[in-house]
Amino acid sequence: MPADKTPNGNPETGAFFQRDRLWHPPAFTPTYKTSVLRSPQKALLSLDNTISEITGPVFGHDMLGELDNDLIHNFAKPGESAIGERIIVYGRVLDERGKGVPGALLEFWQANAGGRYRHKKEGYIAALDPNFGGCGRTIADEDGNYAFRTIKPGPYPWPNGVNDWRPAHIHFSVFGHGFAQRLITQMYFEGDPLIWLCPIVRTIPDRAAIETLIAALDMQATIPMDARAYKFDIVLRGRRSSLFENRLEGN
Amino acid sequence: MVQSLNRLKESPSQTAGPYVHIGLTPNFCGIPGVFEEDLGARMVNDKTKGERITVRTRVFDGTGTPLKDALIEIWQADSDGLYNSPSELRGQADPNFTGWGRKPTDMVSGECVFETIKPGRAPFKDGRMMAPHISFWIVARGINLGLQTRMYFSDEEAANAEDPVLARIEHRLRVPTLIAEHKGGGVYEFDIHLQGDRETVFFDI
Ligand SMILES: [Fe+2]
Repeated sequence: MPADKTPNGNPETGAFFQRDRLWHPPAFTPTYKTSVLRSPQKALLSLDNTISEITGPVFGHDMLGELDNDLIHNFAKPGESAIGERIIVYGRVLDERGKGVPGALLEFWQANAGGRYRHKKEGYIAALDPNFGGCGRTIADEDGNYAFRTIKPGPYPWPNGVNDWRPAHIHFSVFGHGFAQRLITQMYFEGDPLIWLCPIVRTIPDRAAIETLIAALDMQATIPMDARAYKFDIVLRGRRSSLFENRLEGN
Repeated sequence: MVQSLNRLKESPSQTAGPYVHIGLTPNFCGIPGVFEEDLGARMVNDKTKGERITVRTRVFDGTGTPLKDALIEIWQADSDGLYNSPSELRGQADPNFTGWGRKPTDMVSGECVFETIKPGRAPFKDGRMMAPHISFWIVARGINLGLQTRMYFSDEEAANAEDPVLARIEHRLRVPTLIAEHKGGGVYEFDIHLQGDRETVFFDI
């Protein structure tokens, strides 16, 4: 898939906008206990991007399997399907300039309808669904659009406080055009009261920032008698135009 | 009032959590068959140009315990210093080298091993050459926003000494936190410390 293009059709080579680190969660968030010993304490080294960060690998549509974007069926036995509320998640990958990010790789993972993950280290008593693996992936089209089908994950308890519960959520990993755009986040569902109680959600300081992670129920995109739709747009770092930047020969 | 810049805000990060492997390395964590192989598992093939190296990494928390649930991605130039990316305008990188790798840390030892090649040198923005380096991105449970850093090579002393990025590190005793130790035979060890006296220099880049 193509990289960002300048008006004359060349790939973009501008540096990415500085990350707004007051918008993201800080590293040290003691109410999310695991962060305490895993948070760097010294100041970060701030640098404008070099070619090592501006560039990134390309993922082609040919690497995708037919069921990669269908979590209802991609782990299920033939003729069977995962248990749970059938949903479609769709949206657009944009950058901070509002441009679509064509070819962005999206990978997602989630618990099953009962809130149970298929993982060795998972100990929740909710049952595994033999027809649900919990992973999928897709690549955004030329306008940055993506979509996949899954079941709505259940909320689950986790060891942090004695009675902390994660709201229903889908984890997203997004790979745009440059290594510096790399992002992992989580999608929440409109109307879930657990969102505002969750210590992980609340690592994000700004309520308006949290709201950008809550997918909206979209009845227009819903398939009648089949699957409800949720819209979830994702924004990656924007990049400068390199038009007027001084560049040395060979750079 | 003035005109709006019509900028969007980047989606805020959330931790990768304890089950990041389900999404990013499902074959590694016991979910076979959904994807043929885990993305980024193989960086080199028989035709890849350059010196084969092995990078062994561990990530230590504030108590000195290695993380056993982290995931690391690396990104690097080919042996000529070219990136395999559309935004690389200086030339065509080795088509047999993607430059990108992804590995989970081992669930018992915490070790993460990349089989790759030694990168060539690429230019800084002003045209000065950077020393050979590999960019790292580290995510895990308890890490709220992926950590960015670089690995340099202990056997590139002259290049490291003129590297414009390493030169920006104010506290010079922290420079070695970015330099992997050559153990011989093309094996490099790179320990990443999240906290403490040996805390790795992480980048806002
Ligand atoms: Fe989760």
